[in-house]
Amino acid sequence: MKLHEYQAKEIFRKWEIPTPEGAVAFSGIEAIQIAKKLNASRYVVKAQIHAGGRGKAGGVKLVDSPEEVKAAAEELIGKRLVTHQTGPEGKEVLKVLVEAASSIKQELYLGVLVDRNLNRPVIMASGEGGMEIEEVARKSPEKIFKEWVDPLVGFRSFQGMKLGFNLGFDAKLSRKLTAFLDKLVRLFEGVDASLCEINPLVLTEDGEFLALDAKLTLDDNGLARHPDLAELRDITEEDPLEVDASKHNLNYIKLDGNIGCMVNGAGLAMATMDMIKLSGAEPANFLDVGGGASAEMVENAFRILMSDPKVKAVLINIFGGILRCDTLATGVVEAAKKVQVDRPIIIRLEGTNVDEGRRILNESGLDFQVADGMKDASEKIVSIVQSFNQ
Amino acid sequence: MAILVDEQTRVLVQGITGSEGSFHTRQSLEYGTNIVAGVTPGKGGQDLDGVPIFNTVESAVKETGANATVIYVPPRFAPDAVMEAADAGIKVIVCITEWIPVLDMVKVYAYVKSRRATLIGPNCPGVITPRAKCRMGVMPYRIHREGSIGIISRSGTLTYEAVGQLGSLGLGESTVIGIGGDPIIGSKFIDLMRLFRDDDQTEAVLLIGEIGGTAEEEAAAYIAEEKYPKPVIGFVAGLTAPPGRRMGHAGAIISGGQGGAKEKIAAMKAAGIFVVETPADIGETVQRALKARK
Repeated sequence: MKLHEYQAKEIFRKWEIPTPEGAVAFSGIEAIQIAKKLNASRYVVKAQIHAGGRGKAGGVKLVDSPEEVKAAAEELIGKRLVTHQTGPEGKEVLKVLVEAASSIKQELYLGVLVDRNLNRPVIMASGEGGMEIEEVARKSPEKIFKEWVDPLVGFRSFQGMKLGFNLGFDAKLSRKLTAFLDKLVRLFEGVDASLCEINPLVLTEDGEFLALDAKLTLDDNGLARHPDLAELRDITEEDPLEVDASKHNLNYIKLDGNIGCMVNGAGLAMATMDMIKLSGAEPANFLDVGGGASAEMVENAFRILMSDPKVKAVLINIFGGILRCDTLATGVVEAAKKVQVDRPIIIRLEGTNVDEGRRILNESGLDFQVADGMKDASEKIVSIVQSFNQ
Repeated sequence: MAILVDEQTRVLVQGITGSEGSFHTRQSLEYGTNIVAGVTPGKGGQDLDGVPIFNTVESAVKETGANATVIYVPPRFAPDAVMEAADAGIKVIVCITEWIPVLDMVKVYAYVKSRRATLIGPNCPGVITPRAKCRMGVMPYRIHREGSIGIISRSGTLTYEAVGQLGSLGLGESTVIGIGGDPIIGSKFIDLMRLFRDDDQTEAVLLIGEIGGTAEEEAAAYIAEEKYPKPVIGFVAGLTAPPGRRMGHAGAIISGGQGGAKEKIAAMKAAGIFVVETPADIGETVQRALKARK
């Protein structure tokens, strides 16, 4: 789960990691009040959206007075910000973070994430602050220093000192960096993070490390034990159909294509999307109804698929294991009674209770095509695509 | 021979009295799997269809000689269940449970390695060796038949799809392993390819990968370096997956410019793997690879 910068910084403060003073504002009025309270000589106003690259896209403003803070906030709020991570449609800014500007002596990059190859967290640090770490990794990988956190002994001081000296700091600053890192790794483990990036981490004129930016992504699998953090989910950042699907425990991701699909299992769902593409169409979504879906979940899934106006046809591809074909068929038939089925439906059923599932569908009077296997399903999509083009 | 589990395997089920655990224990018994014991803390002394239940893995191993375990316990208790099994000396541990926090798996992985046990999963359909009728997991066993294809897969239902396609061509499997869809898993492609390399029954190995991480690229590099002696067939799901989104599995995400399907497929082709071009052609590609060998 992604968090906003302001949420990440609130968590940082709880874990005693230094961040600039500031607060979130939903309007110009709120922004000016925060600025007056901060009483600084310069201010930063930052758009809060779930995407990187805000600075280059004009989503970060440096201003000199509370009145200018208000103007900047009013300019940003309601605007659609287009960054290299948002896609061309951009993301609407609904809130801004207002902070006191900091005196910067040096900018650095600091990140903690889980290394999937070595099965443990890795700390990455670089003197190239403000640059995207992927770009640094591509152009000058020697400028990235890494230390892995041993699962049995945790983060150790010598690792922080190594990073400090490698970054060119003296012993005093390296010790300060080590203390900073120690807190950051504790936070990472304490909140079940999957990614924590500070870019830039700054060294201020008075010799302190400060998290000027904060990006925190939480492990969805860990949210069950952090109900307070689970509440930080911002559904205004998500597609409404995805929010609807998640209420019904459906794994749905909206895409731009014209063929909707409903599949059981994530791997088969991705393979089905790929097959739609190879058949000359574009998948409208990813939808995994899961191993143990009920008829009610299938019904909701079907309703959500049909509510996307771009969808011209639907492919249901089920290889029943735990999910039985008769359960699937019952759900589809129930859904079809409530949703107007005005587009072609292709159903491919295989596995547990397949005969019963086919019987339910055949006796329902529902208008659909049966596909016998993936290849047949693919050919049926090809013919539907051809009918669009005629 | 088959790998990991065979006729000598004496299966323990952890979480045997839960709804998934009891359902799949009965399915496996019906198939013919040699299940010797179950564990549910507090229910020691009871039984499930004649399978004795113990309070601890240690006592189950001592009383029944169980030498492999399959775990169906909820995510909160699963890390301890895996570690308890490793501590009791069990060397083959299959964890079906989904939703285990990744940082818990970091600790579990290190612990299991320190006990020299093999962990399959978590978040996987399990392991099946048709010849030995040994099913440790949730797969529909009726689709499986004994044969010479070894399968290693990051996905569940996509594996069933592959097995179904093999069956319709008259091909069967030596051992099928679902390694799991999480970012941190006990065994990866390479770990199991080493076992299939030395297995007489296995004539070809099918790898079913997906987006996220670099396990497919590592498998490809291993095949090229080792001059792997058996034909390898590969499929990667997720060519149409958008970057930055978790596609159902916790580990199926393209991030930081890494983990895309195109790169994985290119690495596989460069290593001489027979790459499956569309998911409808998994069976036929395996058949082609077998013919090319002869």
